[in-house]
Amino acid sequence: MNFFLPSIVLRTQNSSSVNFLVPLIAIVFTLLTGSLIFSLLGFDPIYSLYTFFISPISSLYGFSELLVKATPLALIAIGLSYCFKNNIYNIGAEGQLTMGAIFGGGVAIYFYNVEGFWLLPLMLLAGVLGGSLWALIPALLKTKFNTNEILTSLMLVYVATFILDYLVVGPWKDPSGFSYPKSRPFNESARMPELFNGLRVHFGLVITLILIFISWFIFSKTIFGFQLKVSGLSIKAARFAGFNQNKLIISAFIICGGFAGLAGLGEVSGPIGLLYRDISPNYGFTAIIVAFLGRLHPIGIIFSSLIIALTYLGAEDAQIFLQIPSAVGFIFQGLLLFYLLGAELLINYKIQFGKIS
Amino acid sequence: MGQFILDIQNISKSFPRVKANNKVSFGVKKNTVHAILGENGAGKSTFVKILYGLIKQDEGKIIYKNNELKISSPAEARKVGIGMIFQHFSLFESLTVRENLMLGIDDYISYKKLEIKIENLIQKYKLTLDLDAPVISLSSGQKQRVEIVRVLLQNPKILVMDEPTSVLSPQEVKSLFITLNALVKDETTILYITHKLEEVITICNSVTIMRDGEVIETSSIGSNTAKTLANKMLGKNLEEISKDFSAIKDQINFEVNNLSCKFNDPFFTDIINISFKVNKGEILGIAGVAGNGQTELMEILSGENLNIESGKILYNNKRIEKLNPQQRRNLSISFVPEDRLGHSAVPELSLNENTLLSRFYNNKFTKNGLIQKKILDDHTKSIINLFNVKCLDADSNASSLSGGNLQKYVIGREILSEPELLIISHPTWGIDAGAENFIRQSLIKLSKLGTSIIVISQDLEELIQISHKLSIIYNGTLSNTFNTDSIDIEKVGLLMGGGK
Amino acid sequence: MNLDFIIGILEIILIATTPLVFAAIGELVTEKSGVLNLGVEGMMLVGAVSAFVTLVISGSYFLAFLISIFSGILMSGMFAILVLYLMTNQIATGLALTIFGIGLSSMIGKKYIGTPIDGLSPWFFVLISFVIVFIVSYFFYKTKSGLILRAVGESHNAAHALGYNVIKVRFIAIIFGGSMCALAGSYISICYAPMWQEGMTAERGWIALAIVVFSTWKPERILIGAYIFGGVTILQMNLQALGIRIPGQFFNMAPYVATIIVLIFISSNKLRIKLSAPASLTIPFFKGK
Repeated sequence: MNFFLPSIVLRTQNSSSVNFLVPLIAIVFTLLTGSLIFSLLGFDPIYSLYTFFISPISSLYGFSELLVKATPLALIAIGLSYCFKNNIYNIGAEGQLTMGAIFGGGVAIYFYNVEGFWLLPLMLLAGVLGGSLWALIPALLKTKFNTNEILTSLMLVYVATFILDYLVVGPWKDPSGFSYPKSRPFNESARMPELFNGLRVHFGLVITLILIFISWFIFSKTIFGFQLKVSGLSIKAARFAGFNQNKLIISAFIICGGFAGLAGLGEVSGPIGLLYRDISPNYGFTAIIVAFLGRLHPIGIIFSSLIIALTYLGAEDAQIFLQIPSAVGFIFQGLLLFYLLGAELLINYKIQFGKIS
Repeated sequence: MGQFILDIQNISKSFPRVKANNKVSFGVKKNTVHAILGENGAGKSTFVKILYGLIKQDEGKIIYKNNELKISSPAEARKVGIGMIFQHFSLFESLTVRENLMLGIDDYISYKKLEIKIENLIQKYKLTLDLDAPVISLSSGQKQRVEIVRVLLQNPKILVMDEPTSVLSPQEVKSLFITLNALVKDETTILYITHKLEEVITICNSVTIMRDGEVIETSSIGSNTAKTLANKMLGKNLEEISKDFSAIKDQINFEVNNLSCKFNDPFFTDIINISFKVNKGEILGIAGVAGNGQTELMEILSGENLNIESGKILYNNKRIEKLNPQQRRNLSISFVPEDRLGHSAVPELSLNENTLLSRFYNNKFTKNGLIQKKILDDHTKSIINLFNVKCLDADSNASSLSGGNLQKYVIGREILSEPELLIISHPTWGIDAGAENFIRQSLIKLSKLGTSIIVISQDLEELIQISHKLSIIYNGTLSNTFNTDSIDIEKVGLLMGGGK
Repeated sequence: MNLDFIIGILEIILIATTPLVFAAIGELVTEKSGVLNLGVEGMMLVGAVSAFVTLVISGSYFLAFLISIFSGILMSGMFAILVLYLMTNQIATGLALTIFGIGLSSMIGKKYIGTPIDGLSPWFFVLISFVIVFIVSYFFYKTKSGLILRAVGESHNAAHALGYNVIKVRFIAIIFGGSMCALAGSYISICYAPMWQEGMTAERGWIALAIVVFSTWKPERILIGAYIFGGVTILQMNLQALGIRIPGQFFNMAPYVATIIVLIFISSNKLRIKLSAPASLTIPFFKGK
């Protein structure tokens, strides 16, 4: 009898093939569930999935748009990996992104009539600074007052949103912008250079790839990466090894905030070109899924950011061609994360059929 | 009716990597104390879990009161009269004693009635327990009393006790034995699981000896002695351990003066004015019943807790109380805390990665913040070879090793870095006799090379066997030091229980 | 400022705080069993939209609440299967539930934005919210089942060893939490602001999570916490309405900043949090060990 019942047993060794397999399983299941939802809604599932996942990237322009969306997602997700590896749940990247945009964008607005090669680098620095400072708040609250970083970092998202809102309807409002709540457009030297003529994919992509490579190096080759991992797995073991827990928490938050801030600056100085209320379609939250889907691994994050970026484009196309609300993208993202987490069982445990003696 | 209240017939149980029980058969007579004796990993716990309905056997049956016992949960076991006292108290720390007791009653009667039932029982057994105290505030002896009362509430016919004395002081053990004798008179059969030979001789009427999942023998205690039981339990003679006082240098290596640390936290024991010295090449044992400040002292000695209130820690006459574990390691001090999984090793990481947890100036695992993979790999391989660690390879996860092998790995990792001082807590806790002997030998060998060693342990026999000097920790204070070659066991027992 | 004005404000505070009480007491029960569900916001949204759509289609308030609670059971049941049987990370799974809930609710509700309905009087639910808090309190401290639930949250291994069904207890606690969140959502879309709008629960789910920390996991204190947050929200709206010359955005921040300040205040006493938080919160239970 027992022979045929599957049982769950702990794995003795990390299996790298399973690490690849799990996201794949999750994607396949998400697509199956997605087509089921589409059929229930009365759409042809094949056509819907085609509209959602194939047609958006069937042109060069579409592919460039994919990279435009994947850039901030990958950048924030790689930053989040520093936190998640350390078992810190910073879910306020959206706020850190907003602050980065405010700081960096502020520089552009201050120098609205000054051009110079130094302007963009200065904005980049300000963007990193803004994001880091905003991330430093939950970090200090956690290390000094033991507050739950999930809640504080999230609350700060809304505070940052209101600050941006205040600025674009108040002091930073474009004087010639009629009643629209937006800032002056940035001047040419405050804009991220485009990589190819006529396509929106911009220099932020290069920065992102460089930071992904550096992060890969840090995670796999340095003692700092090891420290993040160990204290994420076991605080006691990290203390035994003599790692400074508070320092790690603060560094992870600062790095993550810096990356998110840079992503925010990349958006406003790249495709957007000014400050206004809706600078981000929830990139900061979606990046959480990107990070998990990429299994907190830099290479994985490159792939997962492309996949999730596709759900953004697909949702836009689905709205236009199928009259499905674009929020359906969130459903795919949520489902993907569910399946991924469920399939992770395979990483830590083996499903065994029958018995081995 | 047969002569047995419990007749075990050919019980087998396999787990993915081991056959934990192989055709286990024996009988238990009514109203006796029956021991199941075996070293760690002999299959005792597996058998007990089957008897209590926590897991199901693959084959075989248990005849209980002449009927086949068919249970699939502890609740059913309790219903037919089988009660269980666990080795690690299965109490709910932040709930009160009363609430803990109520959880042991299966009937869904009203809250009021439950309370009355408990009051009556406390009266009947004249047990001094503060019903409204949260369990964390109790001593180990009191906690065990709560466990016993909780089981007694259901009038069990068979009481299973898994290593009941492992956290008790010698005095508490005596009073436990008095209770057990009273219970046997009261028509209770006791199944006593242990690996301590002396206890079998003292309290039990008969004994089943298990080894490698099989029953070696079941007999009445009669002519058995500790020596004969030991041979049957181990199945082989282990290398005799002998220590050597000649290697001790007349030079103080490590000294603690008037160390105090207050926590204001019921989960911790305050450390009060502790002082001791260790010479080069000397092994100092710190004995005591669990929960008397050992963990707290260990964390201060390792530098994991730097918030001491007062006192000095001197190492080669240099004050180190402000240094963190890494800085202390840089001075060639090495640590092995009690908990293998999640403290001295990370279960989810490979052995290679675990080696990196303990960096010494001489092992060169990192250079300018970069991990030296090759050096790390070689080091891990030598730990595995020299310390006889059974594992697939250096990339195996720590969690895949047995307790004994992981402990050998951890201790090997520390010893191979040639520390001048090793501070180790419970070196052989919960591991098999072979690994235990190997580790004790390794510690003695290390001390002969001039390393000073501080061993914190609950196992008094172990400390007397390997250490040169011994102190007793009780309620956060440390006794004077005794020489172990002229020690008065009676007195040590008294000190462990808080006597003077 | 006359008496009527003050009574008016108090009434508004009661009406506005009720959904916080529902969501927080539901989450409290879930957390007491040792499971952290960060999907509160998502479950509230789905609860809100399913109640609204049912009402529009059927015209029955009863059916609306029934279907809404059913949606809460489905959503939390999905979460329960993932965290209890597949042993997934509770924090990530809860986030996924919220994201999924945001998407699902907007998709279901798309056609109904702007559809008018007759709102239901909130007072019955205001009363019920108090009753539920006291029932939960009685359940925890005066019944065997409540004791078992607390015990499971305290130490699932000890509870398992005593023969209690950890998974079952947690499943029920999670489902209860889900139903309460859905109830909170349906109250918002049917009584509080009778309409449907994307994301209309406006982060109340997250504030409810903070209220649970504030309460140090004691049911009666949920009321205190919820009314502090409800009060701050209503007061800032009224102050804004009075035309004080501070930009409105700074008033809007008030509830979020208040949450942070209160969290600092409560959490800085580490010992209190340690002693009152369920000891096995977020730790998965693996039976095979």
